[in-house]
Amino acid sequence: MKEFAGATGLILQEPCLMELGRKGRLGISIPRRDVESASIDETLAGEVLNFPDLSEVEVVRHYTRLSTWNFGVDTGMYPLGSCTMKYNPKTNEKQASRPGFAGAHPLLPTSLSQGVLRILFELERCLAEITGMDAVSLQPAAGAHGELTGMLVFYAYHKSKGSRRTKIIVPDTAHGTNPASAALCGFSPVNVSSNERGVLSAQTIAEVMDENTAGIMVTNPNTLGFFEENIKEIAEIVHAKGGLVYADGANMNAVMGIVNAGDIGVDVLHLNLHKTFSTPHGGGGPGAGPVCVKRHLEPFLPVPRVLDENGKYSLSYDFPQSIGKLHAFYGNPGIIIRAYSYILSMGKELKKASQLAVLNANYIKERLKGFLHLPYDRPCMHECVFSDKNQASQKITTLDMVKRLMDYGFHPPTIYFPLVVHGAIMIEPTETESKEDIDVFIEAFKQVIKEAGENPELLLNAPHRPKVTRLDETSAARNPRLTCGFGNG
Amino acid sequence: MRYLPHTGEDIAEMLKVVGAASLDELFSSIPEACRRKTELDLPEPMTEWELNDHMEALAKSMAVAPEYKLFLGAGSYEHHIPASVSYLLGRSEFSTAYTPYQPEISQGTLQAIFEYQSLTAALLGMDVANASLYDGASALAEALLMAARISRQKKVAVSTLIHPHYRQVIRTYLEPAEFEIIELPYTRGGRTDLSGLENIKGLGAVAVQSPNFFGCIEDLAAIGNLTRGTRTLFVTSFTEPLAYGLYKSPGSQGADIACGEGQSFGIPQSFGGPGLGMFACLKQYVRNMPGRLIGQTEDREGRRGFVLTLATREQHIRREKATSNICTNSGLCAITAAMYLASLGGTGLRELARLNYDKSEYLKKELRKAGFKVAFDGPTFNEFVVEFPNGAAYQRLLDQKVVAGLPLASYFPELSDHYLVCVTETRTKADMDGLVEELKIVKRG
Repeated sequence: MKEFAGATGLILQEPCLMELGRKGRLGISIPRRDVESASIDETLAGEVLNFPDLSEVEVVRHYTRLSTWNFGVDTGMYPLGSCTMKYNPKTNEKQASRPGFAGAHPLLPTSLSQGVLRILFELERCLAEITGMDAVSLQPAAGAHGELTGMLVFYAYHKSKGSRRTKIIVPDTAHGTNPASAALCGFSPVNVSSNERGVLSAQTIAEVMDENTAGIMVTNPNTLGFFEENIKEIAEIVHAKGGLVYADGANMNAVMGIVNAGDIGVDVLHLNLHKTFSTPHGGGGPGAGPVCVKRHLEPFLPVPRVLDENGKYSLSYDFPQSIGKLHAFYGNPGIIIRAYSYILSMGKELKKASQLAVLNANYIKERLKGFLHLPYDRPCMHECVFSDKNQASQKITTLDMVKRLMDYGFHPPTIYFPLVVHGAIMIEPTETESKEDIDVFIEAFKQVIKEAGENPELLLNAPHRPKVTRLDETSAARNPRLTCGFGNG
Repeated sequence: MRYLPHTGEDIAEMLKVVGAASLDELFSSIPEACRRKTELDLPEPMTEWELNDHMEALAKSMAVAPEYKLFLGAGSYEHHIPASVSYLLGRSEFSTAYTPYQPEISQGTLQAIFEYQSLTAALLGMDVANASLYDGASALAEALLMAARISRQKKVAVSTLIHPHYRQVIRTYLEPAEFEIIELPYTRGGRTDLSGLENIKGLGAVAVQSPNFFGCIEDLAAIGNLTRGTRTLFVTSFTEPLAYGLYKSPGSQGADIACGEGQSFGIPQSFGGPGLGMFACLKQYVRNMPGRLIGQTEDREGRRGFVLTLATREQHIRREKATSNICTNSGLCAITAAMYLASLGGTGLRELARLNYDKSEYLKKELRKAGFKVAFDGPTFNEFVVEFPNGAAYQRLLDQKVVAGLPLASYFPELSDHYLVCVTETRTKADMDGLVEELKIVKRG
């Protein structure tokens, strides 16, 4: 077996930006001044800001040092459940940074922006094919933005029928952002529980679905890593009462080429290009959250829409029932180009990606289940959820175990989510991890579990190797210090 | 496929451990009726080299610098981006990390965004800034939702000189929440008409943009004076934050919330996104803010470190009572903006802002000299509105690969033949002289 990757190199200290530099330095090349200085209304002019002045090399060292304190997918395995931290292909970066794309102004006449418009159009068609849905808008800038778009479509649809529904069904296995997205559209969530198999039963939905409920938001596969096997029946119940079915497609990586959302009763689905379609997460974005709908909801999609007339692409605002605009321009083409490149590189192999993602997750589940408590012992999709129940007698928690995993060279899994599992440890390896790396991860976790019994202090004080140890989050929230205190802050 | 490491042998061994006979069998928990019946109808996978050819052909169809000279801003600005900034943000430790939920191994992202918050707050003259929102438009929508939460009043007054797209986004966000939106007209001087404002009762917020859509600097102090001591929050929006390298900050003029688009700070235009929703406010409102916040704290050894903080405002804890549904934001763009501002420094920021102003004033002066009418007299930053009486001029220039601004008629029908012209540091005197010469030729007929 390979060695554990966790080790320490020379970690360099680096002060805050504001503690660096000296007045009068410059880290940028200012263009030649070829015009005279014009007069200015001095009553409107502000003072010169007290930002630190740095040379280019100081800026480069500052950020290079900061970067070495981070863990990314390129550093190692990042099994963060429901986040799909797969490898981010480098060619995608190259494509998005081509001057023709990166330098494109969004208000160019459409005759001068055919290349990007064609990408937008073709990616919409690809996503429709992959999901089995009919129409797509690429405008939402992230997953939660896509959810909001979906809820606005719900709202507009019911309004077009002359009704104002006020409730929405949200299961305990749905994504955390769902209730807040629904609340923005005036829907109050009706929380429902999954059954003993970790999925929704049709009966549960039948009991709460009524004519005042706009529909259901379901994450499928759900956050326990299970396919909602009763989805068709649930959709029929919701549809019979005039409601709509929203599917959070954050977990789409499990079912590409295997399930057509469009065939199982889903009316609206959002995707995360920064999960399933390999665009980098950027330490918190930017992402993209396209929304796919069935034909009957197409009139409500955001504007502008991209049209194709015999190979000539244009943008149209002429959709009177549209929910409107959600982004200053058209969403995030910089991200969209990366996802488009990924899909062109993968083609039909996307199905293989889903198969291997599911294989990796089931392999981890099988090999760790004797060591960690597995609340639902059945085949999973792309992620598996354990808990810290076996360690309770040792007073070791999920947090302690995953902090210790860092010392072995791994990013922790998602923890304490979904809430339906107490002390949840949600592991999503993705398809881009090799068997050897997964084997090392499993061995590392087993070591940690062993240490929990033999030397719990090691876990309680973990991590030991990173630049800092556990941080005091309580006092950070009690006395927030959100700026370094220059300016008037 | 080079992104998939599994060999046939790996798959066989792993299937054995799992107890499945084939990859297909892994999906046995999905009922037959839910299975896709057809294979994915997608093109054959491209090799890396085929992809390069395909994408280059598409990229070549786009009108961009240096082949094209653009005098086009209106919410997306062409500024030089130093190679050092592009290089640094390409460090995959930043770009391939997730949201920094595990602070011990995310200190790079956390400190970089903490610094971004500090720079943003200082630039806008506010106490605190968040870790970013999607873009300028959604930031304004979130600001109005926040103002309504604080003031408990769902009536807002919004200037018609806020970017027309931003106003569309506001309507989308606020419609289901049943807000009343009052649009404030504009004056002949190209500023928001505030004359009716005092008579509108029960306002939760007043929102203006400065520089506004016509490029004019608004009288922020006047609005600050009107809202001070009332329940109404003063929200300022912007599309060109570089202007605050020269002009007084919104905070110094009495704004409660300042928000807008940060693309100008080192972020490629990329056909409109990703951008950077900058968002800052006064200290007393921090617990009502949308979005992520990074705070400074200490580890167990007493060393400085940074964490995500005040999470009890957020969707994953507060669920439907959260201050926003936002989760993924524009983290890497925020870091980019900080890298760019760090490269400029206080001194460089003023110098660059001044250069934008001076160049734009030069073109204004030359156009006036040539007999063209600048529509509004008020002070501007790097954009202004000018009338080109002959519609043929715009097309003629376009044929010569010059984009002479944004035609305003589709946004403001009363401004037919008016163009919003932008001059940043990327336009040379020769570019501007060339533009004026061509316009003169068309004018003479």
